[in-house]
Amino acid sequence: NKKKNKKELERIDKSHPDHIFPLVLTSATQELFGCRADEDVTGDDPYRLLKKEDIIQDMKTRAAISDFSPIKQDYPEDEILLVFDRDFTYGQSFYLVLTVDAKESMLRSPAEVDGEEEEEGESEDLSEIMVQKTPEPQAWVSLGSEREIEDESLMDTRPKLCYKVSRLRRETGAPLHFSDYSTECVECSPYQDSSFSTRRMERASGVQAVPVTSSSSSQTVWKHKRNMWTQYQPRVLDEEEKENILLSKNLKNFLNSVTLRVEVAIQQNIIMNMFVDDWRDLAEEVPVLGGKANTQLKKYQSFTDLNHSKNKTISYINWHPAVSGVIAVAVRERLSYEERIDSSTKLLLNPALILFWSFSDPINPQLMLECPDDVFCFEFCPSDPNIIAGGCMNGQVVLWDISAHMERLQGARLFEDEVTDTPVVRYCAVSGIENGHKAPVTDIQWLPDTFEVSLELISSSVPVKTVCVMFWDLRAPRVVSQSQIDRKQKTEEKILDNPHGVPNTFKHLNLTWKPLIRVQTHIHTHTHTHKQTQTFLDGEIVYTDWKLEKDNESGRLFSPKPTHCFRVHDGLVNTVLRSPFFKDIILSVGLWNFAIWKEGVTNGPILQSPYSQKNCTLGFWSLTRPAVFFIGKEDGNLEIWDLLEKTHEPSQTHTITTAPITCIKPWVISVKQQLLAVSEHLGTLHILEVPRRLLHPSSKELNVSMYFEKEVERLIYFEKRQEMRAKEKREMDAEEQRRKMVGDSFTLDGYTYTVV
Amino acid sequence: MSIQTHKGVIGTIVVNAEGIPIRTTLDNSTTVQYAGLLHQLTMKARSTVRDIDPQNDLTFLRIRSKKHEIMVAPDKEYLLIVIQNPSE
Repeated sequence: NKKKNKKELERIDKSHPDHIFPLVLTSATQELFGCRADEDVTGDDPYRLLKKEDIIQDMKTRAAISDFSPIKQDYPEDEILLVFDRDFTYGQSFYLVLTVDAKESMLRSPAEVDGEEEEEGESEDLSEIMVQKTPEPQAWVSLGSEREIEDESLMDTRPKLCYKVSRLRRETGAPLHFSDYSTECVECSPYQDSSFSTRRMERASGVQAVPVTSSSSSQTVWKHKRNMWTQYQPRVLDEEEKENILLSKNLKNFLNSVTLRVEVAIQQNIIMNMFVDDWRDLAEEVPVLGGKANTQLKKYQSFTDLNHSKNKTISYINWHPAVSGVIAVAVRERLSYEERIDSSTKLLLNPALILFWSFSDPINPQLMLECPDDVFCFEFCPSDPNIIAGGCMNGQVVLWDISAHMERLQGARLFEDEVTDTPVVRYCAVSGIENGHKAPVTDIQWLPDTFEVSLELISSSVPVKTVCVMFWDLRAPRVVSQSQIDRKQKTEEKILDNPHGVPNTFKHLNLTWKPLIRVQTHIHTHTHTHKQTQTFLDGEIVYTDWKLEKDNESGRLFSPKPTHCFRVHDGLVNTVLRSPFFKDIILSVGLWNFAIWKEGVTNGPILQSPYSQKNCTLGFWSLTRPAVFFIGKEDGNLEIWDLLEKTHEPSQTHTITTAPITCIKPWVISVKQQLLAVSEHLGTLHILEVPRRLLHPSSKELNVSMYFEKEVERLIYFEKRQEMRAKEKREMDAEEQRRKMVGDSFTLDGYTYTVV
Repeated sequence: MSIQTHKGVIGTIVVNAEGIPIRTTLDNSTTVQYAGLLHQLTMKARSTVRDIDPQNDLTFLRIRSKKHEIMVAPDKEYLLIVIQNPSE
């Protein structure tokens, strides 16, 4: 029995874990312990807790025949678990669980599902601690499955044999001999081989479980279309709630804690502007490095009229403000005063003209305006480019109206085939000789509508040693000044008829035109909009204000005396011009040098150029670059001054012609193109193209204003220094005096006194 | 609010935990828009930070755009939004 038991034990031990002890319980034992198979214990309820006491009792009473005799281990608890093993998993019908842990786990596992929630609550902490570990790879334990794979797989039992069959080499290419072979011919006729028609009853094939997918669609029927909308509104707190929150301590704490962070961030942003794109800023410098083509003035076109501008000089140029590509030049005789008188009869026959040139036709001018006398200067009216005002050599102011010829000017390109004569337009109004200037009109300016009277002209002339600036009013005469007009109409005799079909635009002014204000001062040449800066014949520059003031005593209107007077240029000042970019920077060009002034700075010019060897005839600011201006010279050179580059010499010098330059006018056609019209003394008009470098201002160019400010400061500083010097000198002189006195001594009453 | 006096600050808004503006220096419609949008974004940003590392929390959110910069300082219960234009 024991032997058998041992064998059983050995056999059993192999296939069950240590804590399980399979047992055979006889029916007697089963009845004793109340665990009869299929009665007390069933497949569903296989667990029975037996008292250890009872088992020990049984072992004692029945000794060898006790079923529990093989158990030799000691069990710590009082109750031991007996499991009814219905399926004989461990070889016997019952088994004992020998360890406490195994018992616990076995008892708990079927109740797991029920008691899961309760246990979860208790073991939550445990689960937190338990960290999920990836299962560690373990060695593969063979359970016999590889045999099947081996049976199914195909493997070579021997290496494959390889045969190569080829013809004898000597037979390659040898002629072929065909002969009959009928006797030993084997017929191969088709026959039905049954092996191909056997039906396979069994076939081994692989199967894979795959979810069956099918795509289908459905559509709901949208029967009733209806417009729907929702309207919403943001949630807002009441005032009270807001107040409460604002006063709450929480908010205060929050703000205190958060403010620091936010301030740091704000300051970071202020310190460095992070929106600066360094790459793009760098790129701006590139165009400047272009080659020569970018920096030189290129010749575009030149106009000369053989009939009209031969032996004549161009006195003034103006681009047509409305029509692009049309330029007007005033042509006048190149004669000195005496020569004029000599040939006055001849001059009367050839009227003076203003020629209109268009780029499409370099030989024939488009339009010619007839003038009573040589025109020194003329201007297009800024509000109506059909009106042109000109000032003549004899002091008259002339008006033309070219509205009839506008299409011709604009559509000049269309009429290339037609060779029509250039139309001549006669002036439609001219000022009366008595009321006009007594000397050649040197400058005309249209006033903007800032004064009470509109459409005014200022004309100014330079008779010898006196200067006259006149304001002209172009409107129809008002009722107020009726009396004046009446008087004028009486004296009016020579009313020009309208030959040549001149428009009647200004007929009411014809010859009755009287200037509104006349200012007689000892100066002048150039004028511009209301704050007048006038230049002296001898080179002084005077600054006056044109506002009329009422003289309290006599009630008459008069213009104030000039406020400042400077002597900077040594010769005739021929240009005074405001910068188009800075309203208070003025360029003045004299005979030998030029100067830049700032309005309001009364100490002197901000910049004074060095004396040049050749006379400067003209100056003009560039229209696109704030720091660039052109100076025309007597020898036909055009100097381009760039204040940002050099201030002691021009940055570029171009030789245009050999004759002195009489007028420079730039014109912006487009962003990429700018033309410079330069006229010379010999009567030719040159059009040059401005290089790209001078077209676009660099981004920092407006800093030239900073340069001006610096210069202003310099002037102020100089003045202060001069004052200081003067003061010091005075002090030093006083000191000297005193010292001299101090050295004196005199004697009196036997004592010697010294002055201290 | 002394933050408003800093250079370039366009507006300041204090928002509560639900995204309702409490105090503002901008007009009502702008305030409501900013509050709603930025509140959601801040919540998203905060949850992103905490997903990556639960010990971490969002302290500051800065959104830089072409025109200006929006700075959001979150807290447990409130949100401070500052809009600044630094290039002035």
